Amino acid sequence: MRTFTLRRDKKVNRSLFGDLVLFVFLAAVASFSALPLVFTINNAFKPMDEIFMFPPRFFVRNPTLDNFTDLVHLMANSWVPFTRYVFNTFFITLLGTAGHIILASAAAYPLAKHRFPFSKLFFSVIVLSLMFSSQVTAIPNYMTMSWLGWIDSYKAIIIPAFAYPLGLYLMKQFMEQIPDALLEAAKIDGASEYRIFWQIVMPLVKPAWLTLLILLFQQLWGIDGGNFIYSEELKTMSYALEQIILGGIARTGVAAAVALLMMSVPIIVFVLSQSQVLQTMAASGMKD
Amino acid sequence: MKTGKLQRLAAEMKKFKHSYILLAPYFLLFCLFTVLPVVMSLVISFTYFNMLEFPRWVGWHNYSRLFLDDEVFLIALKNTFLFAAITGPLSYIASFIFAWLINELSPKIRAVMTLLFYAPSISGNIYFIWLILFSSDSYGYANSFLMKTGIIYEPILWLQDPQYILPIIILVQLWLSLGVSFLAFIAGLQSIDKTLFEAGAVDGIRNRWQELWYITLPTMRPQLMFGAVIQITMSFAVADVAIALAGFPSVQYAGHTIVTHLMDYGSIRFEMGYASAIATVLFLIMVGCNIATQKLLRKVGQ
Repeated sequence: MRTFTLRRDKKVNRSLFGDLVLFVFLAAVASFSALPLVFTINNAFKPMDEIFMFPPRFFVRNPTLDNFTDLVHLMANSWVPFTRYVFNTFFITLLGTAGHIILASAAAYPLAKHRFPFSKLFFSVIVLSLMFSSQVTAIPNYMTMSWLGWIDSYKAIIIPAFAYPLGLYLMKQFMEQIPDALLEAAKIDGASEYRIFWQIVMPLVKPAWLTLLILLFQQLWGIDGGNFIYSEELKTMSYALEQIILGGIARTGVAAAVALLMMSVPIIVFVLSQSQVLQTMAASGMKD
Repeated sequence: MKTGKLQRLAAEMKKFKHSYILLAPYFLLFCLFTVLPVVMSLVISFTYFNMLEFPRWVGWHNYSRLFLDDEVFLIALKNTFLFAAITGPLSYIASFIFAWLINELSPKIRAVMTLLFYAPSISGNIYFIWLILFSSDSYGYANSFLMKTGIIYEPILWLQDPQYILPIIILVQLWLSLGVSFLAFIAGLQSIDKTLFEAGAVDGIRNRWQELWYITLPTMRPQLMFGAVIQITMSFAVADVAIALAGFPSVQYAGHTIVTHLMDYGSIRFEMGYASAIATVLFLIMVGCNIATQKLLRKVGQ
């Protein structure tokens, strides 16, 4: 009896040796995962002679901001200032995300809380669409965009992002946890469906907004414009990064500086929203 | 009788007018950019279409050409299945195992570990950095490390040698693969009722492996099914990483996949009919594989 109460404080069924082995393993994989990111951070602050040192050194010795000033100079000579690429990336990501959160939540609410004709069918189509990637639809989408006259405009990237299926799926699964009694009470008080959605449901699913934000970041932040954007002034930061890296070995430091800028924003967003994102993900499961 | 049924349906639909209105904006866009394209792709795959002339019906010609006359497509098919067979299961198992191990740690360390594992997949196209790590001259970090430790004496042409291209793409793809399903697993593990484990301990579960098999896995089945869909779809869609690292086209098509083949015909040669046939094949492979896996997972533990 006494041992039982003692063990309750600690985790049950654990051996110290097992803990140790697993921890070493985890630490090794975590460092592999972090390696390119740490490398990027270090490279971004390396002076020229350290970047071209032989044999190359992983960590920076005398950190400088040279690469960032080089970036400014490099971009000052091109006819599109670097800030324009940064602005474009932010613009696409923020607008696409905002639109997606609103439209997907509006669609998720009836799917989660009402049982109406074809509601099951609608949701099954969404689940089916999780089973193939966007490349399957790339060619017809290109045709649609050219018919709509959306080529070389942000609409071609932002509007399809509104209807990203994974976001609706997660939002719907999360909304199912809202107690029906709450919605019933509002209905009895005379609130319309739209008011219930906007004033009761939306504030309750804030964790899911952040999750959709992260997902759309994953989709939109790294977009380089691909086949849709031709004008240089509409291209994104991701495109600029690719061009700089393709510029060759001399640009290694500047490339790292851009890469650091690229990765820091999504990582900061995730750090700030991690606990809410995980709250949403707990509801992500596929029920039979 | 039939009209009565229809009338009842119409009445029911009218009652839920608001639901349809809320649903409409999303679903119109979803149909336009996801449902319609799949149907269009299927139809166009039976035609010859170059975006300039009106499409000409050619029946099964594109498909027979794909499987019988196009050697490069067969290479792409082989590579894609090889990628998927390795990265799919490995990334799925890795996502689960890391989530499971992280779950044991204290909340603060867990948050840091989650970030470390998840960061690669949200950092945009940061995978370009691997180009520098695997650079072919002796300035490349992989080369210089191996040369310094005496394992090799001359720099290896990592991304030009067909022998290394595939493994490197797989490595980078795995590095990127702890994404949404990884988060779903962490969240699922944290939401398991702790009393289940205590009850299990009383019932004679002795170590963490038994705990995993008898309690954790069955409880997590919904998340496991969700994660499977995400990882399978991702593992068949390899293209961006392959192009970034190995180039397009890659040496001896060593990094060529169904998706890069699709891009070749769709956005370079503008043979839209043929490209649509490739897209349709890709669609069938992805969906078929997903549905089969779902059926399998549904059986586990029953």
